[in-house]
Amino acid sequence: MNESEIRATVLGILARIAPEADLTQLDPDVEWQDQLDLDSMNLLSMMVDIERATGISVPERDYTKVSTLNSCVAYLMSHTPVTH
Amino acid sequence: MPVLGADMERGTLSRWRVSVGDHITKGDIIADVDTDKATMEVEVFETGVVERLLVQEGETVPVGTPLAVLVADGEAAAASTPSPALAPSNDGAAMPPVRVEASPLARRLAAKLGVDLSAVRGSGPQGAITRVDVEQAASARSAAAPVAAPPVATPPVEARSAAVPAEPPAAQATQPARPADADRRAAMRRATGALMARSKQEIPHYYLGTHIDLGHALRWMEEANLERSVAQRLIPAALLLKAVGRAARDVPQMNGFWVDDEFRAADGVHVGVATSLRGGGLIAPAIHDVDQKSLDQLMEDLRDVVERARSGTLRTSQMSDPTITITNLGDQGVETVFGVIYAPQVALVGFGRVIERPWAENGLLGVRRVVHATLSADHRVSDGHIGGRFLTAISNYLQEPASL
Repeated sequence: MNESEIRATVLGILARIAPEADLTQLDPDVEWQDQLDLDSMNLLSMMVDIERATGISVPERDYTKVSTLNSCVAYLMSHTPVTH
Repeated sequence: MPVLGADMERGTLSRWRVSVGDHITKGDIIADVDTDKATMEVEVFETGVVERLLVQEGETVPVGTPLAVLVADGEAAAASTPSPALAPSNDGAAMPPVRVEASPLARRLAAKLGVDLSAVRGSGPQGAITRVDVEQAASARSAAAPVAAPPVATPPVEARSAAVPAEPPAAQATQPARPADADRRAAMRRATGALMARSKQEIPHYYLGTHIDLGHALRWMEEANLERSVAQRLIPAALLLKAVGRAARDVPQMNGFWVDDEFRAADGVHVGVATSLRGGGLIAPAIHDVDQKSLDQLMEDLRDVVERARSGTLRTSQMSDPTITITNLGDQGVETVFGVIYAPQVALVGFGRVIERPWAENGLLGVRRVVHATLSADHRVSDGHIGGRFLTAISNYLQEPASL
């Protein structure tokens, strides 16, 4: 997956979890928990969907590193296996 | 039309999932019902063949109205005699008796209170209806009666039951009435407001609070999660849920209903989980037998009820019989919540945000992760001494997370 594919994947997951949200207004550098009113069950669902879509399992200790759109995309990019 | 909470007066049958002649099995989903709060999936508690559909899609009927007639398997083979099995009948004189499992006490009480046992979901062994099931059904019905509901055109039950054709008209079947989101939100706010106002007027609340050290519990959970897949991870809410369930079993004055001017302890511990709906609104579906389930099972149940609540696909069994309720506003940054009891229940437990704070223990000062737990309880049933025991029990269970 390249960066744009990962970003689209994450946005797709957010759209499923917060279907009423206007994601075009999402600030990519502000924590989405505050912007989208997500709770701990939503966040767990996000991590499940991210693992399912990307194969990357985000450990609990790294949840703070994936709390905004940009930081999440960067984290997933850095954990995506390099293909040659 | 099943009772799906004390604040429900009527419901709209939005979709039939079965047709006349279909064979259905206990536990099957047979219809969708729109209430002021959500769309619910109606489960059936008998096995047999659908004989008649009494309510048409799009029709709004009061709680307790028969929805359909089911011929139980044994009855069909013996005499092809229909029996109403899905809901109580107001014109039941024309119907043969309903075959339901219920204790003699429950039967006598049902007769006294005018509760039709065929509409009650049993919580006893093999689904048998208990005294408390009957009392809760009666209480929910009577509690709902004074609520000012939005105006709906509701034909008289008796006249409609006699006149409704065996099959609903095709035009209505393809265009079920469904309230617009804005209307539903307004209706939900009215229903919640009416229930809470009645609760505050009738229940002499008292409130207690205590800070609970969650350090042991969270460390245990985080270590356990290292061994789990993402999908199997626990969240703190599951531990709090289990601790409340076990404490409610230990302190039965917190777990039950105020009915007919007396407290009736519940047979099981069924915890209502106050769940905010995306877009606004509040609903409190029940997780059953919380004190007896593993954390893994509770996590699965918690995920199921929250997802169903938010997607509008709750099942009637998840809305019918909570014996105590939890509200957890920690994710919203709230430190303390003092809730309003869901009548006819007698207690509600609130949890706030987990925060790090200075904590002195054995003369040493450290930093601990702490949650403020509160209890709203009914003074007609208990006093602060018993309420304090209950909160202490919750705290004690959370200090031994491996035993949860």
